[in-house]
Amino acid sequence: MNVPLVLFWVFGAASLTAGLLVVTSKNIAHAAFYLLFALVGVAVLFLLMAADFLALVQFLIYGGAIVVLLLFALMLTRIREGPVIVGNSQKPLAIVAGLALLALLLSVVFVTPWPKPATEAIQRIEVPVIGESLFTDWLFPFEIVSLVLLVALIGAIVIARSGDD
Amino acid sequence: MIPLQHILALSAGLFAIGVYGVLSRRNAILILMSIELMLNAVNINLIAFAMYLAPDRFVGQIFAIFIISIAAAEVGLALAIILRVYRTRATIDVDNIDLMKW
Repeated sequence: MNVPLVLFWVFGAASLTAGLLVVTSKNIAHAAFYLLFALVGVAVLFLLMAADFLALVQFLIYGGAIVVLLLFALMLTRIREGPVIVGNSQKPLAIVAGLALLALLLSVVFVTPWPKPATEAIQRIEVPVIGESLFTDWLFPFEIVSLVLLVALIGAIVIARSGDD
Repeated sequence: MIPLQHILALSAGLFAIGVYGVLSRRNAILILMSIELMLNAVNINLIAFAMYLAPDRFVGQIFAIFIISIAAAEVGLALAIILRVYRTRATIDVDNIDLMKW
């Protein structure tokens, strides 16, 4: 019995179900909570794939910050006529496009001869190693991303505040 | 160890769900949520490849960190724009926001 594989599919199926509910749920607030479930499920998948630090980051940033931000935006843009939202006119087309993309991706995944893994044992990457690499090998991209984040936050404030003054 | 194909199949499913959501939803915030699902699918792929192909160099994990930071910036900025649109046009239904459509 392959325990990691079973766990992977348990949490993977949970994520997929929650994701499907995000895109089909009629209630916007419910969709946000399903998104939270999907993102936490993905965080568990990260743990199973030996990415401890990313699991933590996923949990904090997606589960904590982004879902809360989305909920705030939902509250601020409350639609008057109640929680019922319907899909737009291209819904049948969207189903076809989604299924076609899924079929294409799955065929690519299963046809391609992937190389054998370099080692059979899962190699855990310690958090200090990632931090050291981030501040040595990846210092320049890291600084650029910090700048992008700062500019985006300032831009968000400038755009969202009331334009009376 | 989880077979690589299983991980890629799962992330393909998540990505397709996200594509369906982006194409079929009318509420701009729900479209943003679907985009988050797609970004997560990409992160799963990056981490899977990092685990399989270069476990000692973990470049995929670094990339995933960058993607998460960019996603955070994207959500903040997009929600600010959505709030602004809501304030001026009193709707965030993307079918009605067609001022720049010719």
